[in-house]
Amino acid sequence: MMTDTSASKKLFEQNWKRISFWGSICALSQVFICLVGLPSELNRRILIESTLSLGYLFILWIPLVFGYIVSKMVELEGVENPKPGAADLLSGALTGLFGSLGLVLLMLGIDNLDMRDPLINWNPKLFRLLTFENSIGFGSLVWIAVGVGLGTVGASLHQMSSQIRKMVAYATFGLFSFAVLEDVIDDLSEGFRLEWLSDMIYAKKGGMTVTSMIVLAVVLALLPLITRGKFKKTVDRYRSDATPENQRRNSVVLFSIIAVLVIVLPWFLGGIINELLANVGLFLLLALGLNIVVGLAGLLDLGYVAFFAVGGYTTAVFTSPNSPWFSPETHFGISLLVVVVMATLAGLLIGAPVIRMRGDYLAIVTLGFGEIIRLLFLSDWLKPYLGGSQGITNIPAIDLGPWEVRGADPRSVFYMVLAFCVLAIYVSWRLQGSRLGRAWMAIREDESVAEVMGINTVNSKLMAFVVGAVLASFSGAVLAAKVGSVFPKSFEILVSIIILVVVIVGGMGSITGVMVGSLVLIGILGGPRQPGLLQEFQNFKLLIYGALLVFMMLKRPEGLVPTARRTRELHQEEYLQDAWLGDDENEEREEVGEQL
Amino acid sequence: MSLLEIHNLQVTFGGLDALSSLDFSIEEGEIVSVIGPNGAGKTTFFNTISGMIPPTSGEIIFNGESVLGLDPNQITEMGIARTFQNVRLFPNMTVLENVMVSQHCRTSQLVVGALFQTKAFKQEEREIRERSEEILSFFGTRLIGYRLDQPAFALSYANRRRLEIARAMATQPRLLLLDEPVAGMNPIETAELTGLISRLRDEWGFTIVVIEHDMKVVRDVSDRVVVLDHGVPIAQGAYDEVSTNPDVIEAYLGRPVEAKS
Repeated sequence: MMTDTSASKKLFEQNWKRISFWGSICALSQVFICLVGLPSELNRRILIESTLSLGYLFILWIPLVFGYIVSKMVELEGVENPKPGAADLLSGALTGLFGSLGLVLLMLGIDNLDMRDPLINWNPKLFRLLTFENSIGFGSLVWIAVGVGLGTVGASLHQMSSQIRKMVAYATFGLFSFAVLEDVIDDLSEGFRLEWLSDMIYAKKGGMTVTSMIVLAVVLALLPLITRGKFKKTVDRYRSDATPENQRRNSVVLFSIIAVLVIVLPWFLGGIINELLANVGLFLLLALGLNIVVGLAGLLDLGYVAFFAVGGYTTAVFTSPNSPWFSPETHFGISLLVVVVMATLAGLLIGAPVIRMRGDYLAIVTLGFGEIIRLLFLSDWLKPYLGGSQGITNIPAIDLGPWEVRGADPRSVFYMVLAFCVLAIYVSWRLQGSRLGRAWMAIREDESVAEVMGINTVNSKLMAFVVGAVLASFSGAVLAAKVGSVFPKSFEILVSIIILVVVIVGGMGSITGVMVGSLVLIGILGGPRQPGLLQEFQNFKLLIYGALLVFMMLKRPEGLVPTARRTRELHQEEYLQDAWLGDDENEEREEVGEQL
Repeated sequence: MSLLEIHNLQVTFGGLDALSSLDFSIEEGEIVSVIGPNGAGKTTFFNTISGMIPPTSGEIIFNGESVLGLDPNQITEMGIARTFQNVRLFPNMTVLENVMVSQHCRTSQLVVGALFQTKAFKQEEREIRERSEEILSFFGTRLIGYRLDQPAFALSYANRRRLEIARAMATQPRLLLLDEPVAGMNPIETAELTGLISRLRDEWGFTIVVIEHDMKVVRDVSDRVVVLDHGVPIAQGAYDEVSTNPDVIEAYLGRPVEAKS
């Protein structure tokens, strides 16, 4: 009897402090997002025909998430935990309510106060959006209903059976991807001559039709039922076949599938997507280079864009007829050799003075050098040689005999970048497992000890700088040929930062991680100047990058696809605990006992 | 000619003499213990020899050549290796990698070999690996088998100390400096390691200098004992001579009260 009464909470026996805390945060985030202008700006992008736009979605996900958080229970071991029940649903609903009250206050505020001066988005446009072009009363009622509803749904996620939760997750994320990736799917279906498919899913004016949404949701929800762990089983089998021979065979199969896909797919893709992939490739090349410097050798280089610029400008000077001072107009291949030499020199020049610094100091000094290089290109002093702020234009396309790589044909650029990326991946992979790679790792772990153990730290660090610099300069060279011109403006500090974010979010030191990172960040959100798949986010890119970086640092510091080593590094305590549970110590004692 | 000769070595930290007027030499094949109370300058002595701290004055000659002004990695290359009092492994590298990486100064392959997987590169990698496994198997079964691929931080305390010695061995030194190799070990482990230290000289041919507080170990392993106090060598000789030397007893236990007044 006792357990029964203690097991389920009374409906109003709530943790009010917790609810008001998370409720206020929920309200604040909703108001913040509104005032930043995300909903008004993204309202144009329709996700579901005449029902939901991306702008509204940005407000709606908040109560859902906070409802989920607030009703999450801490499970204590050895204590009778209260069963989840209606009380938890109520906490979720109340949190949602709090959030909606924030929006109501915002509406009242916009109606009665004029704060447009500091807050640009404190305007009628937002007001109309929040009230659904109706009265405040109507808007408030709708938001409260929606907030309470979504908060409850968020809370109820804890109480569903895992099967249903999986189905809901599949349906939601599937629909979201379908809606957001409209352009890609349109493009793909066109390439495969399946226009009827995309016509069926999407409405003419953009967004999915209501019917297609319902059908897709059902299909997606049934997907986990049909596959039900088959996929996982296959992966497990793949993993458990650990004999080196099988593993090698599996990797070869996997590798060839990916290779064929990457080579064949661009033929079915339109210009925009190919352009996007080319940009992803350019940044992947940069990120792979930085991954060697930061991820392997542990040198935090914030001026990495300098080498990108050196590659671009060298190509421009050597191939363009418009180069103001020295214009040999060589072939791209010859200029590429010069690029390698110049990048090596730049790596040595920047590396030599900063290499004796450690940690934060290194980061600050490289940051300075990155800016110095950009300012040199911009300066009047070098204007007669490098064109100053006008840059160098008219860089010719890359002539490869039967083919020509030029910016107007993004597919050719993609293949060019692909070749360089494959080279960079090979280089990273081989170096990781070599004598030099081990030295880099040792330097990252403990520089003074590495030195005492006989590693020439100065040479090894310089080598990391140079390898990174050469890879970055390749990217710069292709960019110059792709765009056809180079300006100092293209080599801002922001480039360094975004590449660093790509490496960190993807997973430092992990080649796959860096690939996933650049695909997700550059492909979907876009690079510093290049639009991504979601062009609407253009103005909010940095906000989202920042939020993502903070989130990753808090929740998954090892990155999206980490190396096993880095996961262990960041979760050392848990790992040690497991090792302890594995009874290693006892075994140890026994061994010693036996030997004596 | 002695393997290591130290003339009038002095190390000063802002007015404090951590080491002063140290004259000292080590013959090939010796095991020498350096003892002394805490703060006597024993670890500073090691740091100076291995090049981590530049001496204020004096001369250190290893194998006929001065090591002053050389970088730590150059000194290691000449044949001096050391371990650390507070174990300083590369915690996130595996056991095997820890040993492989310290053969850096005995190997030479760089970028080109790794990229083109040349014959020389493969040959060298194989040799590094074989040598590492050979060194690790010196410690019985503890550091080989499945442990080869474990990260160093997951090892037990005693195993970390063993791995540190293995890592120092892998630099193929002539002179091995062990900084409190048995600190924190239990009596069984201590006894075992004491045996290993003698084997290191007999089987691997290292000349060994040990800093140690455990007098039983000092007695068992050392041919000669040097006592430091406040940076000054106060006694040298066989263990029995040193252990009865009144100056040494005073350094450890202090002067009787009557004598002071």
